Amino acid sequence: MNVRVKGLLILLVFAVAVFYSLPTYQAYQPGVDPQQHPNRVNLGLDLQGGMYLDIEIKVEEAVKETVSRTAQELEDLLLDNYVKFVEVRQENNIIILEMEKGETVNLTESPYDRLLVQFTPTDQPNNRTTLTLLPEELTRIQENAITQALEVLRNRIDSLGVSEPTLQRQGDNSIIIQLPGLKDRSQAIELIGPQAVLEFRIVNDDATPAAYNRYTEVVRYEEIRDPITQEVLSRNPYVLSKEVLLTGEYIRDARVRFDQQTNQPYVSLSFDSIGADRFAKLTERNQGKRLAIVLDDKVQSAPVIREKIGGGEASISGQFTTEEAGNLSIVLRSGSLPAPIEIREERTVGASLGEDSVEQGLTSLLLGGLLVLIFMMIYYRLAGVFAAFALVFNLLLIIAVLGGVGATLTLPGMAGIVLTTGMAVDANVLIFQRIREELAKSNNLRSSINEGFDRAFKTILDANVTTLFAALALLQFGTGPIKGFAVTLSLGILSSMFTAIVVTRFFFEMIYLNRKQLKAISI
Amino acid sequence: MLSQPLQIRFLEKRRYTIYLSIFLVLSTFLSVLLHGGLNYGIDFRGGTNVQIRFDSEPDLNQLRDLFASQGYDSITLQTFGAEEDREILLGLPIDSSLGTGESLTTNLQKILQNANTQPEIRRIETIGPKVGDELKEDALLAVLIALGLVLLYISVRFQWRFGISAVVCLLHDVLAVVGVFSLFDKEFNLTIIAALLTVVGYSLNDTIVVFDRVRENLAKFRKRETEELLDLSINETLSRTLLTSATTLFVVIMLLLFGGEIIHDFAFALFVGILVGTYSSIYVASPIFLMLQEKAPPKPATPSNTELTQESQ
Repeated sequence: MNVRVKGLLILLVFAVAVFYSLPTYQAYQPGVDPQQHPNRVNLGLDLQGGMYLDIEIKVEEAVKETVSRTAQELEDLLLDNYVKFVEVRQENNIIILEMEKGETVNLTESPYDRLLVQFTPTDQPNNRTTLTLLPEELTRIQENAITQALEVLRNRIDSLGVSEPTLQRQGDNSIIIQLPGLKDRSQAIELIGPQAVLEFRIVNDDATPAAYNRYTEVVRYEEIRDPITQEVLSRNPYVLSKEVLLTGEYIRDARVRFDQQTNQPYVSLSFDSIGADRFAKLTERNQGKRLAIVLDDKVQSAPVIREKIGGGEASISGQFTTEEAGNLSIVLRSGSLPAPIEIREERTVGASLGEDSVEQGLTSLLLGGLLVLIFMMIYYRLAGVFAAFALVFNLLLIIAVLGGVGATLTLPGMAGIVLTTGMAVDANVLIFQRIREELAKSNNLRSSINEGFDRAFKTILDANVTTLFAALALLQFGTGPIKGFAVTLSLGILSSMFTAIVVTRFFFEMIYLNRKQLKAISI
Repeated sequence: MLSQPLQIRFLEKRRYTIYLSIFLVLSTFLSVLLHGGLNYGIDFRGGTNVQIRFDSEPDLNQLRDLFASQGYDSITLQTFGAEEDREILLGLPIDSSLGTGESLTTNLQKILQNANTQPEIRRIETIGPKVGDELKEDALLAVLIALGLVLLYISVRFQWRFGISAVVCLLHDVLAVVGVFSLFDKEFNLTIIAALLTVVGYSLNDTIVVFDRVRENLAKFRKRETEELLDLSINETLSRTLLTSATTLFVVIMLLLFGGEIIHDFAFALFVGILVGTYSSIYVASPIFLMLQEKAPPKPATPSNTELTQESQ
């Protein structure tokens, strides 16, 4: 290729590299909002501070819940249709229906088929049938649980005011949440953690936790906490009716209010029209009784119903701090999770630590790079200057590509760049040593340069492609820091091959090979 | 530095260096055995790490007593970074009553109120037990697949003897770095795995450069003894090997000095790895190749599937 054409092409690549590195440079000037520069290199959570969460949605709980509800509905239907049965019981995700001798029921017909389910052929004694969920029904429940969880969590996270939160599904039952620049870790955990299932049930004050009707009643506890340390001091048992009269699903809004007398914060709920109607009915029917407000199986309060409450307003009081009440209202507004969750992995980095890491990473990168440049220029003289330029070009290219695709730079990724810088020199060292070797053998400068490049090229290709193979394997199979490292390493290998072979060679061609008379080369 | 190719008889010393390498690898196994396994970090073991900065120098013993008095015995405390950073790293086991996500910060702040210093929580990492095992499996798989690909690639591009020698050399380097980590009882986590892989990449680079020259010389001088050819090739590439190791070490030493505590162990692994990798590309990879070559009767003068033919000078 003509040297001039080559030079123009390299200049073009250089210009594009500068153009795409510019947003990154601009985005991280003091006092600038990085978001104004969309094509910047994103800083990973370890570099800018923030929270990374890997949470597991306990989908099996959602399935269990569905099966249990189905068993309940089946029982009700059998009662409504006067079918005599001994019991309907749930074992894991199987419903066992035991009917009296001689009783039959065709479960493939409406309305039963709406409920379920597949029959495992019965060779069971005592007129017993076992029922399980249809496989497609099972997958549907699990899929729904994840999609719903994503939506609910997104609503809750929106209230955190984090600039670019991401929620991503991972695998069968995991969600990855990333909250860059998060300030308040506790608040995030308090918002993401609770399942927030709200139930209204009537208290049976005549029964005791030691003796209650297991078929119609359940025991739930109220936790009494120390107002300052929040330690659980004692747990108060309540016997509640099994029937849930109203759930949080009818909440239209939830707000923090303050008690006029005690100045204590509480959460005030307003129901939608269906909820308001049900609430009015349940308060009318149960006057004089206590209404337990149960959140995630813990009794929050159990006030006595004095009169019918219309207007669809209710309130949850407890020993909240203002923040807790605020978080609770957000959680109730965004709805309940379809299943409980568990935090599998959490990585939270404070903003100040992130800043320190960037600074330290940049410092070592600059110092190390500078040392390498100086060394190369002393050892290889003019050729060393070419190599130095190639190295800077190489760094620019890496930043440009990372910024262009909006990739995220992490601390191990930064280490990958630092290492590429060290290793990128290798290609030039290989070329220059070869040229020196050839020069020692013959006096033909021109052919020495060409031979040096050609012979070194094979070695560089072999060495770099092998390393690239390893880096790509890491990219594919690695997780977290390994991946971040592999990204910059593979990118670095590719760009360093370009700069070391094409760009350096261009300099040689321009300065030496283009001349008619070639007396000496500085290498 | 080296303008004339040297004529050092590297391979002659293989009778000694082979003992050095065997010693290195064996001490790794011994050290791991004596330490009862590697010192896995929470990435692989599960648990919680909290990095805390204080406004005055923290007194570890006082803090330990403080936690013990609240009934938290199973925590570990250590200083983190330079003394003037005034930081500690607090380790909690998976089942710690402090370690649940919801109340961790509040609990910690409550306990630390009693220390005469203001704490700033800089970093919290919690890894569940299942995740730890998954990460361990993933990391191991990634390393094995990377090594397998390397073996395959070199065997195709060069020949199988080069491939096997290179992979044995890589395993040697990885084991040596693991051994140093075990010896100093340094924590083994995901970042260290990334470092090990870098060492693999670096050592591989070194080995390939030497092997490339060996292949070239094998084709060029058909009549010479393999041992002589190997020595020649190592000598010819020696100045490049030393130069590149030096420049890479510059950067790694800068990382060690100025990269901060989080990256310190990473840089340390690279430092050891580059030293071992440079040594092994000369004293491990080539001797093994020689051994494989000598065992193969009758000795083929030219490698069967190289792409290079005799080149004119």
